[in-house]
Amino acid sequence: MEVVLENIRKYFGDVKANDGISLVLDSGKIYGLLGENGAGKSTLMKVLSGYHPPDEGRIVLDSEPEAFSSPSDALAQGIGMIYQDPLDIPAMRVIDNYMLGWDRRVILDYARAEKELRQNAGRMGFQIEPDAFIDSLSLGERQQLEMLRLLALGAEVLILDEPTTGISAEQKESLFASLRRLVEEETKTVILVSHKLSDIQELCDHVFVLRRGKLIGSADIPCPTQQLVEMMFEELPPRRPRVSYVRDDRVLLQVEGVEVDDDRLQIGNVNLNIRAGEVFGFAGLEGSGQRLILQACAGLTPVSEGRIFFDQQDVTRWPYRKLLQAGVAYLPAGRLEEGLIAGLSLMEHIALTNPMPGFLVDWRHYAQETEVRIQRYQVIGQASSYIETLSGGNQQRSLFAMLRDDLKLLLMEHPTRGLDVRSADWIWQLLYQRVEAGTTVLFISADLDELVERSDRIVAFSGGSMSRVVQASETSADELGHLIGGE
Amino acid sequence: MNETEFVKILSSIVLQSTPLIIAVCGETISERVGVVNLSLDGTMLLSAMTGFVAGLLSGSVWIGFLAAALVGALFAWIIAFGSIRLRKDQFAVGFVLTLLGDELSAFLGQNYTRIPGESVRHLGIPFLKDIPILGPIFFDHDPVVYFAFLLVGVTWWWLFRTQPGLRLRSVGERPESGFARGVDVNRLRYVYTLIGGALVGIAGAAYSLDIKLGWSEGHTRGLGWIALAIVIFGGWSPIRGAVGSLLFGASKALAAALQRRFPEVSVVAFNATPWLLMIAVLLLVGSDVTERLVVIMPKRVQPRLRRLLRVRPPAALGVAFSTPESQGE
Amino acid sequence: MRRIGWLNPNWIVVPIAIIASLLVTSALLLAFGVSPKDGFDAMLLGAFGDSTKVLSVTAFWVPLALAAAGLILTFTAGMWNIGVEGQIVVGAIAASWVALKIDAPQPLLIILELLLAMAAGALWAGIAGLLKTRGKVHEIFGGLALNNLAIILTNYLISGPWQPPEGGTFRGTEPFPAKALLPLYQDSRLSPLSVGIVLVVIVLIFIVLRGTKWGLRLKALGKNPRSAFIMGVSSEREMIVAMMICGALAGLGGSVRVLSWFDSLRQSISGGIGYLALLVVMLSATRVLLTPFIAYFFSAVLNGSITLQLRTQLHSSLGGILTGVMVLFVLLFGGVRPMKLPSQKTVEVEENE
Repeated sequence: MEVVLENIRKYFGDVKANDGISLVLDSGKIYGLLGENGAGKSTLMKVLSGYHPPDEGRIVLDSEPEAFSSPSDALAQGIGMIYQDPLDIPAMRVIDNYMLGWDRRVILDYARAEKELRQNAGRMGFQIEPDAFIDSLSLGERQQLEMLRLLALGAEVLILDEPTTGISAEQKESLFASLRRLVEEETKTVILVSHKLSDIQELCDHVFVLRRGKLIGSADIPCPTQQLVEMMFEELPPRRPRVSYVRDDRVLLQVEGVEVDDDRLQIGNVNLNIRAGEVFGFAGLEGSGQRLILQACAGLTPVSEGRIFFDQQDVTRWPYRKLLQAGVAYLPAGRLEEGLIAGLSLMEHIALTNPMPGFLVDWRHYAQETEVRIQRYQVIGQASSYIETLSGGNQQRSLFAMLRDDLKLLLMEHPTRGLDVRSADWIWQLLYQRVEAGTTVLFISADLDELVERSDRIVAFSGGSMSRVVQASETSADELGHLIGGE
Repeated sequence: MNETEFVKILSSIVLQSTPLIIAVCGETISERVGVVNLSLDGTMLLSAMTGFVAGLLSGSVWIGFLAAALVGALFAWIIAFGSIRLRKDQFAVGFVLTLLGDELSAFLGQNYTRIPGESVRHLGIPFLKDIPILGPIFFDHDPVVYFAFLLVGVTWWWLFRTQPGLRLRSVGERPESGFARGVDVNRLRYVYTLIGGALVGIAGAAYSLDIKLGWSEGHTRGLGWIALAIVIFGGWSPIRGAVGSLLFGASKALAAALQRRFPEVSVVAFNATPWLLMIAVLLLVGSDVTERLVVIMPKRVQPRLRRLLRVRPPAALGVAFSTPESQGE
Repeated sequence: MRRIGWLNPNWIVVPIAIIASLLVTSALLLAFGVSPKDGFDAMLLGAFGDSTKVLSVTAFWVPLALAAAGLILTFTAGMWNIGVEGQIVVGAIAASWVALKIDAPQPLLIILELLLAMAAGALWAGIAGLLKTRGKVHEIFGGLALNNLAIILTNYLISGPWQPPEGGTFRGTEPFPAKALLPLYQDSRLSPLSVGIVLVVIVLIFIVLRGTKWGLRLKALGKNPRSAFIMGVSSEREMIVAMMICGALAGLGGSVRVLSWFDSLRQSISGGIGYLALLVVMLSATRVLLTPFIAYFFSAVLNGSITLQLRTQLHSSLGGILTGVMVLFVLLFGGVRPMKLPSQKTVEVEENE
């Protein structure tokens, strides 16, 4: 089946997730879809697989334009996608998940379905236990099940979103072998969405590279890694020299052999020595583990192995509140979900995070204090404005405005996400003022430019492991791109 | 106490538990699809009154049941509509309806209190009712009781052995996955919530037309809340819910019997026990005791046992769902 | 009242809700052969006809307003304190115990009764709170069970240890000595002291919610527990404290009820005041200053219905229907959602990359 995407556009509010992408996919080939976070890969595939309709453009299958009302509709036309977080039902068993939507008959024929499942699993080289509950399976196993299900229901085009995260090397090998066989023997089409350059080069015949919602280029594999990296990441402007506020070698935060487990990801063997007054950046694509480590440093996620030292003290088992009191602050990326409270005003937020002694709240004091911070952080809004009425950028500034003055360590997820260049610049000016005054900053960013420009040192996370630490003043987009890609 | 007395007591337990079994089945269906119908107590009061009055006025119990089912479905519809379309809190709407149902039943039924009316006629099943012991306990009742048995079986079969049942459960567990598999999430929510509500209505009428004949203010008060608790206790499964209902009925019968035997033991103990039991059971459900029990069992038995003891609520219970393109709704 | 824009949807919905409930009530009246005019006249008369009636309405209002004030706190924190009914009852039980068992001069006796009632209510609420935070038992069921246990306890005391000297009538305990009762205004059932207490409580709750750190933390917790946690608010402790304060106020209401409206502990000592208070709070959308007025309205309607029953032979539950329909309407169609309760979240199918 030939799949053509014509001028696909998809917007989320102001964000152009897909900005006029056209490409042609022939059957019997394995394609790779490469790009940074925010490039638009997942969105494009979600459009193709029927999850979202495109705002403009169309999908043409074998010269017939098609519009899908839901993923199962797309599957009926032969297009199936395995999501990064597979859309299965954790509370049910493998066999139940397999059978949901399996056939139109009313009565469930468990015996037949199980037989088919086992057969198909065997053919693909997967180990499947039909009676197991999904929430006891690993991510890799869940993806395998989805693949079996989609194929059984007639998928001709199989889209896999980051499938090799969280599976073992053997599983990966057998997965790749099965994918190759699907393509060669059954002339199916496979699309691999990945950031792992090595996987793309190992498996794919052809690769498309997206950047900022547009199709930047494509290439046949084999192709030099260098070329791919250059397509993925824009060339960086020369780094402006920056004052470093690291005064001595005193280590403020030490992470020693730490491993953190999550249901989806396991990140291990993390070792960091972050010096007082340093600006340290975490690079890496979403879901590579940097968020888990950041949260572990804040006491928000428990550590399964290793230790963390803050200011010479072993804080591995310290709860979040205790770290807060010790001078650590955490700014999450989900502004309204985790950092701010819709329904409360800006002034109330300031009051909550900067308590004064006593029972009563001196609103007059906070009104003034909020005004001061509004000026300082250039927040467009009033002390009495409800926080949800502020724009995204101003919400971000508000998050900064809420911080205590005497912070020792500031942990931030994506500090300038969604901000324009000027606002981002302003935020960093303020951050540097704090660094100069003694705060150490540890931040996650998806923007290589920001990481190289603003940090003293950077480390990259890829698929659950940490790269070597690099000096920001000495690295390049190239080197970072490689590290992020897992090389 | 001799054998016949014992059998008689068991038989009466089965009869007395019937409304609860029906209500628990109905609410299980509703909660499995993700909607909590907190108005059960009020619904049962109103439907008990409606069933009785409709039966009285029409001369037919079956019309009574029909009317009661409609009342139950109406209340369920209000909650479903309020939750799905209007995005309001299921608990809040359900709670107000509980009180309203109570008041409406008292007001609308005021001219029909304590008067005789229709009742379901006894219908022992030939042959089966003559089986020693089991016969009188299960097969010597009336159609409503048999309906309850069938209902439990059919509900279980529908939920766990059919494709539509799988789709139903997906809506309550993870609607976005259901959506991806082509399930019309909100339509199913409406349909099954209404069915559940209708069953609760029938349960109310089962009380006034079969168990405790007639109508008076507050006739079934408390039953709805107990049904809600039993749904949880039964782990959202109709068979375990039925067992829970029978156990509840048994505890009441036991309390009554013991009371006769030991009149000096305080009434308090007997009345308080079901509530203390409810708290104990809910504590058990909320803890991980059952999981700890499972892991100490031999490996082969574990999966079966785990399925048997699973008491997790449907993950998407009480959660509204919106498809990607229906944001403005 | 700072709101987004000046057009508060609730200001439109509430009058419509009132009209809707009046229409429903009128329809019911007509269906039972009573003209709406007669029906509403009877209710108005029953509530405001003469000074005795007004005093009665006010006396009924006191425990309702106290419980509602307490519930504002728990709702602000995002909890469903259905157990408020039982908290009223145990407050009444505690006050009764003091009244029957303790001998002291009047002012001291009354203070003891009120204090112990508050303690009992707080304790009862604390149990429900702990069941929720530690035992993961939803506060609806915990509250429900505790409500019933409180009533069972009441019935036991009435028919057993505290029964009247002439034998158990199952209606009430032996009457309290005169000095244990709250001083009443003339020959009504209203205790002026209790009115003063209500006013003080309302003001205090208002100050707590608007002007204290604790109140602000409670608000944060109710609106977004996760963000509140990131900001350093400890959810477990705040929740239990909020429950206990609510319980204390409910208990206080129970003591007022048993020491002024009645003169002994009765079987239906609360008779649904707790549940009514929940409705009051749903209507007032957690605005403390509205609560006493809405509670007064409820009290007027309910007391008026009793006269309605006397006059027209129609069941007094009509009043409950009127108020119930009104709350239902506001709940369903009120624009701004009054409370963001944890039982409802929205699952947005994933949009971002």
